[in-house]
Amino acid sequence: MFDASNQTVMAWRRENGRVGVRNHVIILPVDDISNAACEAVANNVKGTMALPHAYGRLQFGADLELHFRTMIGTGANPNVAAVVVIGIEPEWTKVIADGIRKTGKPVAEFSIEQKGDFETIRAASWKAKEFVHWATELQKEECPITDLWVSTKCGESDTTTGLSSCPTVGNMYDKLIPHGLYGVFGETSEITGAEHICEKRAATPEAAEKFMAIFKEYSENVIFAHQTDDLSDSQPTKGNILGGLTTIEEKALGNLEKIGRECTYIDALQAAEAPEKGPGLYFMDTSSAAAECITLMAAAGYVIHTFPTGQGNVVGNPIVPVIKISGNPRTLRTMSEHIDVDVTGVLTREQTIDQAGDALIECIRRTANGRYTAAEALGHREFVMTKLYRSA
Amino acid sequence: MSNHPHLLVHDHEDNVGVVVVEGLTAGTDMLCVVTHDNSDFRLTANADIPIGHKVALKDLKEGDTVIKYGEDIGKMVGNAGTGDHVHTHNCKTKRW
Repeated sequence: MFDASNQTVMAWRRENGRVGVRNHVIILPVDDISNAACEAVANNVKGTMALPHAYGRLQFGADLELHFRTMIGTGANPNVAAVVVIGIEPEWTKVIADGIRKTGKPVAEFSIEQKGDFETIRAASWKAKEFVHWATELQKEECPITDLWVSTKCGESDTTTGLSSCPTVGNMYDKLIPHGLYGVFGETSEITGAEHICEKRAATPEAAEKFMAIFKEYSENVIFAHQTDDLSDSQPTKGNILGGLTTIEEKALGNLEKIGRECTYIDALQAAEAPEKGPGLYFMDTSSAAAECITLMAAAGYVIHTFPTGQGNVVGNPIVPVIKISGNPRTLRTMSEHIDVDVTGVLTREQTIDQAGDALIECIRRTANGRYTAAEALGHREFVMTKLYRSA
Repeated sequence: MSNHPHLLVHDHEDNVGVVVVEGLTAGTDMLCVVTHDNSDFRLTANADIPIGHKVALKDLKEGDTVIKYGEDIGKMVGNAGTGDHVHTHNCKTKRW
């Protein structure tokens, strides 16, 4: 019998032992006003990639902690070989660079004040070039597929995701997690209506309690604190409704199909928090907006993302390959350039969920070996910071 | 194609199913499959219903609970006869 868990991939084993499937040299802005310098360095030195974003100034408290955690986690991700960090001033720049340095990978930091963009770009470009020469000589090695950390979040869901693409991801988790894979699911708002079921999928009473505390906090402080009428205008989304989803409960039940039949989550993580309880499935408190969620999961250290879609979400991520899975025949007919794994056979009853799960594992294996996902080939690099409240 | 189902139902307790083909027209004698055990039955669609949208498997009255995945997904806010379209015009969350 085909045993997916015995497969290996050729990937990069990083200084801290983690396995990466891409070998990026990134130019990471600490703040919005350093984007221009980072983009100039990335333009000067081929083989690097700038990650511009909108925030990083005048943040404070939990919002600043999340910003630092996301920046450090992005640089620390095993898909990143080396990092050039550029910020407007040296102190926060150093906080982020030092955080990434704990992985043992090469990191260099530059700040713009008292130098200007020109001098900063000149110095950072030299370092970026050195990092590219070093990173491009790193050799891949054979690693068990179960050494990968694989995240999931669905988008532009419809009723077909709950029937086909979400249970496909669940089947993959059921097969690989018992053998050492790290998994994560999130989307706190999209568990609304199925929170009682999600609570029961916790591995321990502590994990269940932690999940319910996060869910309650989200309901009270995010939804009920800001609601105008009801959530029906936002959840399900207009796209979900066009696809046939009527209520948030229906959407949530389809969403939860992603965690399979047997997996239980061993901990509930804060946004962008790295899992620390060993191999297994985790829940993470995230928005259900695709780019925000994937950015947070990448910052927690996940190296491949599995993304079921019904109506056809096109999202990607700059450092993590996003594998799209769809079972909706209309979406495969109208926007197949975005879909990596076609599971329409599940709806026609020509493919079982077990076969669809194996097809996804095969796509994960090939993606880990270097094959570009549709989102990578199409240049989708959505990198979106989660902001908890307005800056000071 | 003739063996491909028009409608999929998650569980036997469900009172709605999902159209899984494009261009379903009123009057179609639908092949319906329950994914839980691959059992099948037939049902006539009363309307043109888009792919992904739900169909009532029995007569549903205002106030009735709509069951899918064997779970409560909301309540009827209008009536739907067997084979009718069930969506935002006659079904709503109980949550808000």
